[in-house]
Amino acid sequence: MSTDSNTNFVGKAPSRVEGPKKVTGAAKYSAEFDVPDLAYGYVVSSPIAKGKIKKIHADKVLSLPGVLHVFSHENVPSLAWFDRNYKDDIAPGGSPFRPLHDDQIKFSMQPVALVVAETFELARYAASVLTVDYEQQKHETDIESKRNDGSEPGRGKTGYMPPARREDADKGLDQAEHRIRHEYIHGAQHHNPMEMFGATVHYHPDGKLTVYDKTQGVYNCQQYITKIFGLSKDEARVVNLYMGGGFGSGLRPQYELFLSVLAALELKRSVRVTLTRQQMFSFGHRPHTLQTLEMGTGPDGALLGLKHYALHETSRFEEYTENVVNWSGMLYQCPRTYLSYEVAPLDVYTPIDMRAPGAATGSFALEVAMDEMAYEAGLDPLEFRRRNYAEEDQNKKAPFSSKKLREAYDEGARRFGWDKRPMEPRSMREGNKLVGWGVAGGVWDASMQKAAAKATITADGKLTVASAAGENGTGTYTIMTQIAAETLGLPMEAVTFKLGDTTLPEAPVQGGSWTAASVGSAVKSTCEALGEKLLKLAQKMDDSPLQDAKFEDVEFVNGHIRLRKEPEQSVILRDVLQVSGEREIEADSSAMPNPLNMQKYSMHSHNVVFAEVKVDEELGTVHVSRVVNVVAAGRILNQKTARSQVLGSVVWGISMALMEETVMDHRYGRYMNHNYAEYHVPTNADIRDIEVHFVEEEDPHVNPLGVKGIGEVGLLGVAAAITNAVYHATGKRVRALPIYIDKLL
Amino acid sequence: MKPFTLTRAESVEAAVRDFTGYQEAAFIGGGTNILDLMKENVAEPTHLIGLNKLPLNKIEATADGGLRLGATATNADTAWNPEVQQRYPLLSQAILAGASPQLRNMATNGGNLMQRTRCYYFYDTATPCNKREPGSGCAAIGGYNRIHAILGASDKCIATHPSDMCVALAALEAVVHVRSKDGERQIKFEDFHRLPGDEPQRDNTLEPGELIVALELPKQGFAKNFSYLKLRDRQSYAFALVSVAVGLELEGSTIKTARLALGGVAHKPWRDQDAEALLEGQPATEETFKKAADKVLKGAKGQGINDFKIELAKRAIVRALKQAAAGEHKAADIFTNSNP
Ligand SMILES: Cc1cc2nc3c(=O)[nH]c(=O)nc-3n(C[C@H](O)[C@H](O)[C@H](O)COP(=O)(O)OP(=O)(O)OC[C@H]3O[C@@H](n4cnc5c(N)ncnc54)[C@H](O)[C@@H]3O)c2cc1C
Ligand code: SF4
Repeated sequence: MSTDSNTNFVGKAPSRVEGPKKVTGAAKYSAEFDVPDLAYGYVVSSPIAKGKIKKIHADKVLSLPGVLHVFSHENVPSLAWFDRNYKDDIAPGGSPFRPLHDDQIKFSMQPVALVVAETFELARYAASVLTVDYEQQKHETDIESKRNDGSEPGRGKTGYMPPARREDADKGLDQAEHRIRHEYIHGAQHHNPMEMFGATVHYHPDGKLTVYDKTQGVYNCQQYITKIFGLSKDEARVVNLYMGGGFGSGLRPQYELFLSVLAALELKRSVRVTLTRQQMFSFGHRPHTLQTLEMGTGPDGALLGLKHYALHETSRFEEYTENVVNWSGMLYQCPRTYLSYEVAPLDVYTPIDMRAPGAATGSFALEVAMDEMAYEAGLDPLEFRRRNYAEEDQNKKAPFSSKKLREAYDEGARRFGWDKRPMEPRSMREGNKLVGWGVAGGVWDASMQKAAAKATITADGKLTVASAAGENGTGTYTIMTQIAAETLGLPMEAVTFKLGDTTLPEAPVQGGSWTAASVGSAVKSTCEALGEKLLKLAQKMDDSPLQDAKFEDVEFVNGHIRLRKEPEQSVILRDVLQVSGEREIEADSSAMPNPLNMQKYSMHSHNVVFAEVKVDEELGTVHVSRVVNVVAAGRILNQKTARSQVLGSVVWGISMALMEETVMDHRYGRYMNHNYAEYHVPTNADIRDIEVHFVEEEDPHVNPLGVKGIGEVGLLGVAAAITNAVYHATGKRVRALPIYIDKLL
Repeated sequence: MKPFTLTRAESVEAAVRDFTGYQEAAFIGGGTNILDLMKENVAEPTHLIGLNKLPLNKIEATADGGLRLGATATNADTAWNPEVQQRYPLLSQAILAGASPQLRNMATNGGNLMQRTRCYYFYDTATPCNKREPGSGCAAIGGYNRIHAILGASDKCIATHPSDMCVALAALEAVVHVRSKDGERQIKFEDFHRLPGDEPQRDNTLEPGELIVALELPKQGFAKNFSYLKLRDRQSYAFALVSVAVGLELEGSTIKTARLALGGVAHKPWRDQDAEALLEGQPATEETFKKAADKVLKGAKGQGINDFKIELAKRAIVRALKQAAAGEHKAADIFTNSNP
């Protein structure tokens, strides 16, 4: 498109279009929709990790005036029978957990009853006095006790890639001049979005439901409830307009959805169910993972062999998998690689994808090991990475569709001042603090899914584009508005993007960093389809200068349709609409990945992170004073929202490195720090300078927009860079996160 | 949360009178602790007496040169009070090292003294806890006890008192003024909080129905040589793993008077007068400080996961004494104290 336009929005930095609504409170979240005659449900959670419910003493609670019902396995009507009815799009292999299905307790804080009452306060009180008798059984929740009991998982989960293996890694290691082998650990982590899960089910007089649910995928939730409760799609509309953070926790329908729909259908009344902060620790998490990495280098610092093994927990009923070790076969050039990955079932709820699932875990271990290897081989850690730069994806044996990681190394090193780094640990000081610099990075999938969209332009020149995508705070509304406005040459104010509603064309769940590519491409092709219609109408106008033009010959800019080659030959879009006499013109289209390109190329985003820490050695305190994160992720649609994504990733990485861990007391099989006071994430005071930079990366193969997604890649390498910086500062190598004070004393 | 009634007392007399006659009554100051406990079904009062209309929010000089802090003055108003800042900067900094600005705006001085432990098990009714349910056992022993006591614990309870403010009050030798139906009495700060012993359900020596009306600070505020050092898992909005309040009076480089109290290590703010005696009359050197630190931690006992706090506390004491002796407090260290 031509550059003399003010309707070229893509790549600029417009502010969030929904920003004013969010800061004025006009944006409604799922538990905020006012519907008439609402009843409130409160969930009763199991105090034990394994066993049986013997009896639920509901009588006393039911006798409280205003209590409507106590739902439990003792009275839930018979619902769909087969596992497949309970499987959502993101479910791993196995048999999904069914709330209130039977008397079995499978994990601590399992929902065992839903108390529904006229007010929230009453429901909460009634839930607190409901007595439930349990028969406790011996549980196992500690992955440490399963070190020798892991097994290779099946391929039940979409997106799971069994680790690729190449030639004999041991042979490579045997030939190595320098070798390392270490274990790396992090505990369980929970997503902890600010907004808690909640659903408001509006029960309409005709028995149809409108379900406002906190979810990253409205279609996923719709198919889940229709299959379980035997509803038609028309009877169950699912809506999610805003989300106070998801980070993966909303990829699968959570139990507030099941429970609120159940209660609404049974009571024939609107019902809201919200979970408490404590209950936010009762479903998926990033699993506690044990990893071992082994590496060896030759005389020139080339990697000769690499082994990466990972083990984490899953539940007894589902086999959760993530791609933990695969990245180690892809980020660096190494002919002899052995990657292995196992899971072990425990009496916990099934883990669920959490921002950069697998890669955040794997890249932590790989990138700390790379640092250890660099020191063992006497090489600067960045130089060591350069020497082992992967020119192609060795797992897939395919070229990268684009990869500007080398440029990211250069840019990041320059911005950070890496060339001034002395190699020796403990060689930098500031007052009584030790100062350290570390580097690390990562690689993440550039995925795309099928998505559809619809566009409507009205006679007044207002464009509405719709697709049931998600907005969990990432900027979906804004970038889709930019794409649509630019494609049809309209000001952004003339464009409304609608999302998160099953009455709109289908889009995938918002995850995997694929929304920009998938929904963005669908929006673009839909607006182009609309453009073709508009061109036809323009050509029908008297003396139209566009008479013989083909669609490729014209462009939509500044409210005009004009010839690319002769921009002065143009018509005003609003005139076209007026003259046509049409009140509105509509188009729909969809986009899907190009299978040929997908086969031919490896499509990935990359990043590199430089971190500075200051350590008070005597007291063990670590402060991250500076981070530079350089990302190569194709085309950046919106500099501002993209930067925010990466800023958030860095904050999260600092969190992962220094504070986050959900600690389980294995005697009770229960997470103990299940609240915001004791599950620590950074505060403002913990965050100092963060610099984000995107290197230019043109990618003609990845998708029509050339975007790779930036929701997850920015997190990679952050925790490892900090861990490496701590080593550089102190000479102490921490291999188990988080780096609490006591690990440095 | 259990249903409860609420009255807002208009006078101190009315407040203490209102306490009797209910199954379980409680005062409510800022509500930042008691409401949480009620939502978790840990505290189950049937009646609350609101204190924020009482004329107890003043901060005023006393006849003998001290300062009297009203019980319902907020933590924020206390910390930012010019008198407190100038004459008792140790107290100001300790308060500002705690919680978050929003919480400090609500929290009252009386409530701060009375806030309950942050022991994970105390908060989770699915686990046994002697403090919450006497006789049920202590889940923290043998459990996750990172934030638990290393000094003065019993085999019934190893909880810590979570306050920052109280650590400074202990070092400053504050006096707690309390009122009941039967009149007024004064409690020395060191006698206010208690060790768990066989009755961990009792955090302090206040009798049911007694109302804290004021905290009195004696004249000596150690405004020149003091330090409040707080070590925690993040820079704000986290309780202390270990904190140290120090006040020194120096003559040249000799310590004339020393006050030393620790937070995050015991069921009460841990003041050690023997260690203070060890410091007094000695040169303000690292060697002296180390001796005092060893003295304080002599009887310390770890619970496994919190063993590190013994060494951390020693180092923190030495650092805080150094900072106090050097009069370094003005350059607040963002790595250890950052939240104002
Ligand atoms: C997430 C979080 C983090 C925090 N971090 C810190 C921290 O780092 N450091 C720190 O020191 N504190 C911290 N706090 C605790 C905070 O300081 C206390 O909650 C606060 O001081 C309590 O004061 P309040 O007025 O709100 O008490 P309330 O909640 O109103 O009352 C607490 C108790 O005191 C009793 N009470 C109140 N006033 C009186 C009175 N005048 N006489 C007798 N009894 C009375 C009440 O009956 C109740 O039992 C934190 C709190 C939270 C929630
Ligand atoms: S330490 Fe005290 S508060 Fe914690 S579980 Fe034991 S008895 Fe309860």
